[in-house]
Amino acid sequence: MSSEYLVEVKDLKQYFPIRTGMFKKTMLKAVDGVNFSIKPGETLGLVGESGCGKTTVGRTLLRLYKPTGGEIYYDGNLITDQNMLQYRSKMQMVFQDPYSSLDPRMTVEEIIGEPLDVHKLCANSKDRRDKILSLMELVGLNAEHATRYVHEFSGGQRQRIGIARALAVDPKFIVCDEAVSALDVSIQAQVINMFEELQEKLGVAYLFIAHDLLVVRHISNRIAVMYLGRVVETADADELSDAPIHPYTQSLLSAVPIPDPKIAKSSSRIILEGDVPSPLNMPSGCAFRTRCRFATEQCAKECPSLTDRGGGHMVACWNK
Amino acid sequence: MTRYVVKRILLAIVSVLVICAITFFAMNAIPGGPFNSEKALSEATKAVLMERYNLDKPVPVQFVLYMRNLLHGDFGVSLKTGRDISGTLFSCFKVSARLGATAAVCAVACGIVLGSLAALFRNRLIDRVIVFFTTLFTAMPSFVFATFLMLVFCITLKWLPVWDASNKSLILPVIALMAYPMAYVTRLTKTSMLDSLGQDYIRTARAKGVPMVKVIFKHALRNALIPVITYVGPMLAYILTGSLVVENIFTIGGLGQQFVKSISNRDYPMIMATTIFLAVVMVICNLLSDIAYKIVDPRITLD
Repeated sequence: MSSEYLVEVKDLKQYFPIRTGMFKKTMLKAVDGVNFSIKPGETLGLVGESGCGKTTVGRTLLRLYKPTGGEIYYDGNLITDQNMLQYRSKMQMVFQDPYSSLDPRMTVEEIIGEPLDVHKLCANSKDRRDKILSLMELVGLNAEHATRYVHEFSGGQRQRIGIARALAVDPKFIVCDEAVSALDVSIQAQVINMFEELQEKLGVAYLFIAHDLLVVRHISNRIAVMYLGRVVETADADELSDAPIHPYTQSLLSAVPIPDPKIAKSSSRIILEGDVPSPLNMPSGCAFRTRCRFATEQCAKECPSLTDRGGGHMVACWNK
Repeated sequence: MTRYVVKRILLAIVSVLVICAITFFAMNAIPGGPFNSEKALSEATKAVLMERYNLDKPVPVQFVLYMRNLLHGDFGVSLKTGRDISGTLFSCFKVSARLGATAAVCAVACGIVLGSLAALFRNRLIDRVIVFFTTLFTAMPSFVFATFLMLVFCITLKWLPVWDASNKSLILPVIALMAYPMAYVTRLTKTSMLDSLGQDYIRTARAKGVPMVKVIFKHALRNALIPVITYVGPMLAYILTGSLVVENIFTIGGLGQQFVKSISNRDYPMIMATTIFLAVVMVICNLLSDIAYKIVDPRITLD
């Protein structure tokens, strides 16, 4: 069975049990009913504040966590309970922290070579060596780096090692979890351009998780905005950036720094009041209502679901 | 690396020399002498013996004479048996080395296995049992444990001989000697295994599709063993000193027993020889453990 979408997520839920007392356990609803789908060769940006569940979505999607509920499809196949080995060569992830996500006891060659061995992608050691060197070249590392250990590299170089490692198995889909957040701005640009080139060359689809809205707008075809474990708005990248509907998206966008002071003066910043509620103790109804300017009684009673406002612009809000 | 090793060896020679000096003057300061016994020797005999072994000279002069002989590779002869010390030392060392090496290998092997099990089955029954016994073994002194083992297995159950020349008599001393280091290695492995299992690169390995068993052995355990290797040096020190007690309880004629005997006999050259020998072994073990540290963890630079 195949479908139009490469990756489809339906009502994905990921709860973590947290000990709140001696015998009491509370469920932390990190992800609570998320839906989205990604076409082959497309990039979906996923934005939201720290702790809203973006990373958890990415990890659960690759079954690095066992999902609490919902369904994950890859190329039309349900992979929620399946053995992931064959899918590991199709779906990969670039991790957020380039310092800790690489084994310090392995050389670059071993790190990139390991997935090749696991999935038996190379017939002999010469093939393997050639493949590793070509991957390193692809991400802009020199051949003489192959025998070095991870601690000998800078953050940007490590992130490239992580990317080369993810690309080793020729995946069709890569989750980039804050893949550029740890990097210098100049290197960020290089890495992002590299992602785009790879997409053109290899037709890879991305789930691009980030909190930098400008970066996400630049690289994504569509953007989904998350707040406390739920997607509140999703639309084409430009549409969402220029005409946001959900009050949370509006305030997020108003917080993006504008380089031109004249325009910056004339635009008003929407400042959210209060703090993000604890995910252990979520407000009833719409999770955003405690900080929303437009909140009404209905918001406290019922949680709004995503509805189409035309042209695939989906918003979960009662009042907008 | 080479510079570091050379520097360490030079420092080691200095510390061995300091140990020599301290031991020499300390043992001469204890009351009594090698020729005091229940049956008193005649003054004349004693004087001849004292002169023959240079014991009539002032202590600093004796020290210089002793060190000169030592630098020529001459440990002297035992004042008690009159035999050449190097020969005795070597035969005792063979006995102790067999006991110590068996205990060390068993302690590390069991410790790593138990520690990994405790980490992988954290908070489950198997972990609780392992933690209970490691706490027990850490707290119990080796002489208590050795005596207890002897009482249970040799006297009450009669499973093992108290002493005979076969390998079977080695079982209990090895257990008594390895209990503490094993418990320590277990705790060390458990802590660092839990730490490395929680690391991000474990998640990376899983995302690569590496099977779980391989993730545990190749990524988690290999990184978790780094602190264990640093413990090998101190562990050998413990086993060396621990064997002083254990060898005496099980009457094994190794270095430990020889050491204790030489002190109670005031057999000065024998005390010196055993001390120097043990000091050299210690220093070598520590140096090797530091070099091993560098080899297993590429992030560490010596110098």
